[in-house]
Amino acid sequence: MSLIQEVAVGGNEPQGASRRGRSLGLTIGAKFLRAIVTLLFVILFNFFLFRMLPGDPIGLYARGRNQDAEQMLELRRLLNRPLWEQFINYMSNPFSSGIDSTRFSRPVWEMIGERVWPTVLLLGTAVALAAIIGIWIGTRSGWKPGRKFDRVSTGTTLTLYAMPEFWLGMLLLMVFSVGSFGIPGFFPVGGIVSPGVDTSTPIGWFNVLWHMVLPCATLTLIYLADYSLVMRASLMDERKQEYIGLARAKGLRDSAVRKRHAVPNALLPTITLIFLSLGFVVTGAITVETVFSWPGLGLLSYEALRGPDIPLLQAIFLLFSIAVICANLIAELLYVLIDPRVRS
Amino acid sequence: MSIATQRRRIALTRFWMSFRHDRTGMIGLGILGAFIIVAVLAPILIPASALDVTKADGGRFQPPSLAYPLGTDDSGRSVLLLIASGTRISLTVGIAATIISMVIGTTVGIMAGHFRGPGSHALVGVTDWFLVIPFLPLAIVLATVLGPSLLNLIIVIGVTSWAGTARLIRAQTLSIEGRPYLERAKALGAGNWFQMSRHVLPNVIPLVLANTTLTVAIAILSETTLSFLGLGDPMAPSWGAILDNAFSTGAVSRGAWWFVLPPGLCVIAVVLSFTLVGRAMERIVDPRGRD
Repeated sequence: MSLIQEVAVGGNEPQGASRRGRSLGLTIGAKFLRAIVTLLFVILFNFFLFRMLPGDPIGLYARGRNQDAEQMLELRRLLNRPLWEQFINYMSNPFSSGIDSTRFSRPVWEMIGERVWPTVLLLGTAVALAAIIGIWIGTRSGWKPGRKFDRVSTGTTLTLYAMPEFWLGMLLLMVFSVGSFGIPGFFPVGGIVSPGVDTSTPIGWFNVLWHMVLPCATLTLIYLADYSLVMRASLMDERKQEYIGLARAKGLRDSAVRKRHAVPNALLPTITLIFLSLGFVVTGAITVETVFSWPGLGLLSYEALRGPDIPLLQAIFLLFSIAVICANLIAELLYVLIDPRVRS
Repeated sequence: MSIATQRRRIALTRFWMSFRHDRTGMIGLGILGAFIIVAVLAPILIPASALDVTKADGGRFQPPSLAYPLGTDDSGRSVLLLIASGTRISLTVGIAATIISMVIGTTVGIMAGHFRGPGSHALVGVTDWFLVIPFLPLAIVLATVLGPSLLNLIIVIGVTSWAGTARLIRAQTLSIEGRPYLERAKALGAGNWFQMSRHVLPNVIPLVLANTTLTVAIAILSETTLSFLGLGDPMAPSWGAILDNAFSTGAVSRGAWWFVLPPGLCVIAVVLSFTLVGRAMERIVDPRGRD
């Protein structure tokens, strides 16, 4: 219910006098500054968490791993340097911290680079589909709350909201790709492309698309629950506003009031919240990519934590945090630019 | 003091009277009651040998039968008994993590709303930081550093999930701070602690309680996710750990639906019930939600 709470709480923030006089440029500058400070704290947290805790950081880095003596020696040398020297080294490149992946013995940055695009493809498609379908459902049920469509859709979305996304993925996998309950297994059991298929040809694209159907369907169903509940709440808020009464009084048809007046205003918080929900989107990616062996950042996180591979884990955490901080910044800027009420 | 106690008792009765008429809230409460009974009775009804891999007497991946109503898992244990004992663990982690989250969230929220100056700004900053940072990557990093155990799981979920509550409570505190009775208390020389504990806290408590049930729902889902990723206690399998076990032993590709379907349905039932109860409480407590 996190997103819905945000809608409710957001309107409650007291607007101080200092806010009112600010120019647009200053507002935007302040938001950028806050994003940078947040990011800085992530970097500091990432550095100190593994070094400040009681116990031996070398043991933590090398836990559950059969590294050869040379690698252990190198790790020991890197972690035994004075803290300030490690810190400077870390700040010069927060992604790798100068230590290779302990599980794969490769530079962390290189491994992440390979895995970014599958995740962007999968999440981008799922979020776009979920936004379109979710907003449509939310509009229909929020405009006439209490009707049959509203009751059925709210019940379904609440159930989807209460569902562990990886469990839905496991069920879809069992029914549609392994084949159970008399349904022939039609979809592949995992991966992004069949072995030996060239992804640069049209046949390769279709192959990737065919592999993407089930993970994408899982994520879309889970995300759209959130989006439609937010859109519904937001539209129900708008319905109470005076301008809706005015639009009706001037004789507009119901559909015109909805399309021209209510929905555009209700969309504003919804679209912002879609950007704000990226942290929630990332959560889905980690478990669903694991279930479908989709070779993206989510699966890489799972491989890293099963190690555990601390340098890789830290780098992925940093990357996800940067993505979410950027999405938040975009959401806030969008709000300032689109909605004149925030500016005044 | 006795007048205040009496008044609170009346308020509580009135609350229960309105809650009783909320159909979805009552359905949620009923389902929760059933799960809580299972959780309490689990250690009495289930012999420890039923959960021991070495003493399992069923075949591997047996479909449901009379002896095993929900079939058996990869080592021949009854899935029904596994789920029943998992109820206890899932609910314990969910509720314990929520208590941590609520204590931190309420304390930070009230302090950030009550005080002025750099300290308050710092608290708001920390709250915002936790709101922005993606939950699962942060929880994974913390759980990996702390190591897998039930207590660590509770700490990780509690520490990462309080920010939403803090923000809600701060907004509520700010609106209470402007009321005349607080001004009166200040004029009579009440200290910060007295103002916060005697005037602000009782007024935010209803909102905290409504928020608590919603937080339990999220905490149980988080527990399921983290256990599925293998960050729970391997000796105390929760519903998420059962699903992890099913996934890693290939129950999906064998089509062993009895091993996969029931734990997930339990999660949905409990999370949905907490959500329904929380929303019903919110409707009563929070006047903004009323139509």
